Amino acid sequence: MRDMINHIVFGWYPYLCLTVFLLGSLVRFDREQYTWRSGSSQLLRRKQLTWGSNLFHVGILLIFAGHLVGLLTPIWVFDTLGISHTFKQWMAIGIGGVAGVACFVGITLLVHRRLFDARIRTTSSFGDIAILLILYAQLILGLGTIYVSLHHLDGHEMVKFMTWAQGILTLQPGVSALIADVHPIFKAHLFLGMTIFLLFPFTRLVHIWSAPVWYLGRRGYQVVRTRRPMIPAE
Amino acid sequence: MSHFLDRLTFFNRGDEPFSDGHGILTHEDRRWEDGYRKRWQHDKIVRSTHGANCTGSCSWKIYVKGGIVTWETQQTDYPRTRPELPNHEPRGCSRGASYSWYLYSGNRVKYPLVRSRLLKLWREARVVRTPVAAWASIVEEPAKREAYVSKRGLGGFVRATWDEVTEIIAAANAYTVKKHGPDRVIGFSPIPAMSMVSYAAGSRYLSLLGGVCMSFYDWYCDLPPASPQTWGEQTDVPESADWYNSGFLILWGSNVPQTRTPDAHFYTEARYRGAKSVVICPDYSEASKFADLWISVKQGTDAALAMAMGHVILREFHIDRQVPYFGDYVRQYTDMPMLVELVKQNGRLVPGRLLRASDFTGDLGETNNPEWKTVAFDEASKSIVAPRGSVGFRWGEKGKWNLEEKKSDGEATKLQLSFADDRDELADVDFPYFGNREHDHFAGTDHPSVLTRKVPAKLVALKDGEKLVATVYDLFVANYGIDRGFGGAHVAKSYDENVPYTPAWAEKITGVPRDQIITTAREFALNAEKTKGRSMIIIGAAMNHWYHCDMNYRGAINMLVMCGCVGQSGGGWSHYVGQEKLRPQSGWLPLAFGLDWGRPPRQQNSTSFFYAHTDQWRYETVGVEEILSPTAPAGPWDGALIDYNVRAERMGWLPSAPQLRQNPLDLAAKAQAAGLEPKDYVSKGLKSGELQMACEDPDHPDNWPRNMFVWRSNLLGSSGKGHEYFLKHLLGTTHGVQGKDLGETGKKKPKEVAWHDDAPKGKLDLLVTLDFRMSTTCVYSDIVLPTATWYEKNDLNTSDMHPFIHPLTSAVDPVWEAKSDWEIYKAIAKAFSRVSPEVLGVEKDVVMTPIQHDSPGEIAQALDVKEWKKGEIDPIPGKTMPAVTVVERDYPNLYKRFTALGPLMQKLGNGVKGMAWNTEHEVELLKRLNGEVTEEGATKGLARIDTDIDATEVILSLAPETNGEVAVKAWDALGKTTGLDHTHLAIPKEDEKIRFRDVVAQPRKIISAPTWSGLESEKVCYNAGYTNVHELIPWRTLSGRQQLYQDHLWMRAFGEALCVYRPPVDLKAVKPVIDTKPNGEKQIVLNFITPHQKWGIHSTYTDNLLMLTLSRGGPIVWISENDAKKVGIADNDWIEAYNSNGALVARAVVSQRVKDGMCMMYHAQEKIVNVPGSEVTGQRGGIHNSVTRVVVKPTHMIGGYAQQAYGFNYYGTIGTNRDEFVIIRKMKTVDWLDKPTADQPEPLTVAPKNAPETKLEAAE
Repeated sequence: MRDMINHIVFGWYPYLCLTVFLLGSLVRFDREQYTWRSGSSQLLRRKQLTWGSNLFHVGILLIFAGHLVGLLTPIWVFDTLGISHTFKQWMAIGIGGVAGVACFVGITLLVHRRLFDARIRTTSSFGDIAILLILYAQLILGLGTIYVSLHHLDGHEMVKFMTWAQGILTLQPGVSALIADVHPIFKAHLFLGMTIFLLFPFTRLVHIWSAPVWYLGRRGYQVVRTRRPMIPAE
Repeated sequence: MSHFLDRLTFFNRGDEPFSDGHGILTHEDRRWEDGYRKRWQHDKIVRSTHGANCTGSCSWKIYVKGGIVTWETQQTDYPRTRPELPNHEPRGCSRGASYSWYLYSGNRVKYPLVRSRLLKLWREARVVRTPVAAWASIVEEPAKREAYVSKRGLGGFVRATWDEVTEIIAAANAYTVKKHGPDRVIGFSPIPAMSMVSYAAGSRYLSLLGGVCMSFYDWYCDLPPASPQTWGEQTDVPESADWYNSGFLILWGSNVPQTRTPDAHFYTEARYRGAKSVVICPDYSEASKFADLWISVKQGTDAALAMAMGHVILREFHIDRQVPYFGDYVRQYTDMPMLVELVKQNGRLVPGRLLRASDFTGDLGETNNPEWKTVAFDEASKSIVAPRGSVGFRWGEKGKWNLEEKKSDGEATKLQLSFADDRDELADVDFPYFGNREHDHFAGTDHPSVLTRKVPAKLVALKDGEKLVATVYDLFVANYGIDRGFGGAHVAKSYDENVPYTPAWAEKITGVPRDQIITTAREFALNAEKTKGRSMIIIGAAMNHWYHCDMNYRGAINMLVMCGCVGQSGGGWSHYVGQEKLRPQSGWLPLAFGLDWGRPPRQQNSTSFFYAHTDQWRYETVGVEEILSPTAPAGPWDGALIDYNVRAERMGWLPSAPQLRQNPLDLAAKAQAAGLEPKDYVSKGLKSGELQMACEDPDHPDNWPRNMFVWRSNLLGSSGKGHEYFLKHLLGTTHGVQGKDLGETGKKKPKEVAWHDDAPKGKLDLLVTLDFRMSTTCVYSDIVLPTATWYEKNDLNTSDMHPFIHPLTSAVDPVWEAKSDWEIYKAIAKAFSRVSPEVLGVEKDVVMTPIQHDSPGEIAQALDVKEWKKGEIDPIPGKTMPAVTVVERDYPNLYKRFTALGPLMQKLGNGVKGMAWNTEHEVELLKRLNGEVTEEGATKGLARIDTDIDATEVILSLAPETNGEVAVKAWDALGKTTGLDHTHLAIPKEDEKIRFRDVVAQPRKIISAPTWSGLESEKVCYNAGYTNVHELIPWRTLSGRQQLYQDHLWMRAFGEALCVYRPPVDLKAVKPVIDTKPNGEKQIVLNFITPHQKWGIHSTYTDNLLMLTLSRGGPIVWISENDAKKVGIADNDWIEAYNSNGALVARAVVSQRVKDGMCMMYHAQEKIVNVPGSEVTGQRGGIHNSVTRVVVKPTHMIGGYAQQAYGFNYYGTIGTNRDEFVIIRKMKTVDWLDKPTADQPEPLTVAPKNAPETKLEAAE
């Protein structure tokens, strides 16, 4: 029974979440263009937003990058480069910890602002508040794992997660068994993480898809949009 | 196809650089831009306007998108004005621009609503009873009636079907008509000009029923009685474009940018053109910034200011130097040359009445109405003549009622203004002075109450011996306290002497420095001299809301008349208040009052009605002795104010509704049984006491108004002066009245009115309100009917501010279950026709009407006031008592009559203001235009009036303003009386016919008609009095001229024969309550001023979210910084204002704008938004009228006397309220009173017929 639950949560549930995440985002992007926005409340109140938002975003972007690289880079790449699992674990704890604390301070400000500023509270939807609190919980769980990780600095637990994550992405059956015996806090963190993917298309998180990173590489300072339909030059 | 797939354009060429790579051309999808385009796309634009009684009457584009009204913008297609005159457009303001919010708002009335307790009783009764019997079973059982009456205003509405509500209303009406009489069915709806058909819908129903339509212009206190007194005209004013023609504009208590927003541009443009402007108002208003000089006058003392300016003008332009234009003007166009007898009274001389031809032997050769022909001294023939134009020439003869300077026999005259040079003696004449009366808050002077001054007089031989007479001019000048070298006291040579009415004297009263007064007066007159009268005074209602408003107004009018400004382009009196100008009036009257089926209609002056029936008279604090003149002639000047109203009603001066204690449907039969004509039966019955006037006992249940309709109005949330008295006595629900009545305080009670120790609570059986929004009135009603908004119906709208006629058109059908007013009353009429045969058939209704202005009856008692009740004279209907007419009511066919144009239009024709013409041609036109009734029955073959558009065509076809052919007929009819040809004013437009679809296509200017005293032409802007001056049509007054001397006995008794300064009256509402309910905060007593507001039009828009967002979001009271500091009030504090009339709560706006000693509460801020409970009353804080009480003035009750004769909304008592003082203090506790009441009703269980069986619950 335990295995069954473990298999459902870490074997099947990821696919459900990823499917909803991708298809949901696609459908919303195509059908509900006007809802595709970050829902910024900067217009209503700047207070707490400058610090809160910047700390939060810097922190969460670092954490996200760390998770992405840490979990999805094939293990042989690290081995080839000669990065030891222990070092990698320390890196994760170090960089992740600093980014996590920054993010924590930021999100705490944001949560306080959203809940206790009357104007922000009244203009918030249930989804706005819920996703913020879920992110808050997820961050606290993530920071909580640091303490557990300090007990197995050799990185073998981390390797389990890497293998599991890569196994899920490469459609390996049975990878859920790999993490059957990890500390519950990891399981909770993983479950909530997948749930965030599940909820992603239904919240303001969709703005992540449209993060304006293209600006960085754009040429020219005057941007002229062509007329539609495009008229061939004569 | 897909936003996502479309972006996968990896094989397309990329961005193209240009300008050396400084720019790029991208090829991304641009469909997102359509969002911005669609934001302003729409399916159609419909022309409509707003019926808010704002005088704007602006044409708007209403945008509809997907069947939803989305927004509105200003129309810009007004016809151009002539060259050199700015155009009218654009017209509109933020209020109108926010209107579309209402259509789909939470405050929209969406379904017919009934008080649940009433509906429960009705459904129970209806199970076993017929409709009328069911209604009887409810209202005849006190416990049942009390069950819903006492809960008015406390919520508890449930939905019902249209069939059910119309049946309840019809049953209630039929029961009331049968049991008490049709004159107990009352309807209140104001300002027909804002939506004529909607008004006419209800008034047509009521008039066919025999019900009563209530006046509004006087009740709103927009009516300045000074206008009928002076000109015999309700109100006639220049259009706003005429401001541009002016060279000197005084804005006197009028806040043009704030309250005439769409017209304000003409004021700006006039300033650019070079016009000078003085703004007179206590507070630093939005208008003040336009001023060359802002005069901050002490509120309520405007008459003193006007008198002082008049003093300067007389001194410098009439006495020391005589301006020929001014002299000629007052000679020809005013009563100044007319002769007044000087009467010996207690050994002293006082001015008496104007002499008449009948005073002379041989009646000066006049055989027709010699008692009504005023006389003057002719310089040419050195004899006394009866010049043409007086009211005696208007009736009973033809061709001599004009302002030509001629005698009756056609001989030319030059009337003499003054006897200064050929006087027989200098008479010592007494003038009353009121400026010395004590008042806690207004400064006075210590001059005696009687000022004796020298007046040049002539000895004249009359029928009863030689008598001293003086000209109005000489009395007028003496009254202003001007020393003409005759010597004597109380006259001044210099402006610096403290003598009434010098600038130095006025400085003490008004607080205005004397040099400001002198400069303003001098420049005002100088401009008029140079431009032949292009000096103008723009007045708002502010000055008219004082008890002695007549003096404020006559003071200003005198200035204009002295300078020859009235009737001249760019000059004159511009009194802008309600949207009173119903331009196609004469076409509308038959439709509105059912004149096509029966005449006359029942109409009642609201002020007297509400004074009596909300029992405000029971709390009267003002005694007659406080307002009586020290020079009053001997007369019955005792009793209470209501006694004067009763006398006026008995003498046929004012209307009476209900008229008699007896049911008017029973009288005809009784008369027949007695073998008498109904009118003789009534006069005999009144004399013998067998019949009693209802006004003598307004608290007796037989005399109560029983059913009341309110539509297009927020009577209880806006205009209801003495709001708490309405709640207590008329409605019988919870109220905040703090004072005690005359019985409880043991004060002297009225003489003519029966006193009941137990005051009635809840006179009305049924209150029905039609509205599109849940207003305060709706909240207090028993039945609320959802009506169409201004974007959901077809109607007409006109204003006095411009000459256009605008439509309201249906942009979308009424949403939810709403219907237009026209359809609602049709539905009620249909239900009534179905229900009424239970108790009613074809009935004879004996209708009593007062003596009407502009009718031959207006010359009733010429020389004296005699009362039949006291046996001084016989009751003669239409002369010494109300007229009595029998009107046939066909109750079962009421619906058929409602929807067809009745036969009287062909039989009797049409007319207005004393003119009459044949309408057969127009009726034939309407038969072809609207179609004929084809159904068998009483109306077969008549023109249809089925739809609201049919109704508009009736108005437009019958009115001279919109049908050139009728205009020619009307001018021709007038020409017969004046003996002059006026048709040249309309002949160029004879073929023009304005129809509904024409005004929908583009605004149209009206055609000049004799209904009004101005012309709309290529040469002049509309200006009041223009045809009087330029076409020599007399004013409709006693002398036929501008009447500056008011000689009626009551006018003389109350000291207003000539204009004088009268300080505000003391209403004594503060002392009885000031220390009764302390809350620990400091208190201050302030004058309570209620101007028109910035964020709403009356109560409309005050619950509109957009406007609430722009303002403070709820009721506010403005107080000055100094006053606020005294009692520790900071800006935005919750404060309470109270006195013995009640209490209101609001937030304080502490501002430098306000003058110390007064507070301002913008009137009609709804109590349904952001209003907590009052600490004083324990009820929800009131509206502005919670602290007011109406006080009637005897001089406004005068009737049967030429210009002082009754006309609906023309003359009568007015609802003044600015003399009121309130106690203001900070609130300790703010309680929102949001808990349910203790006695929640059982849910409704009885199902209606044809309605789903649902359990309805109502929260109270």
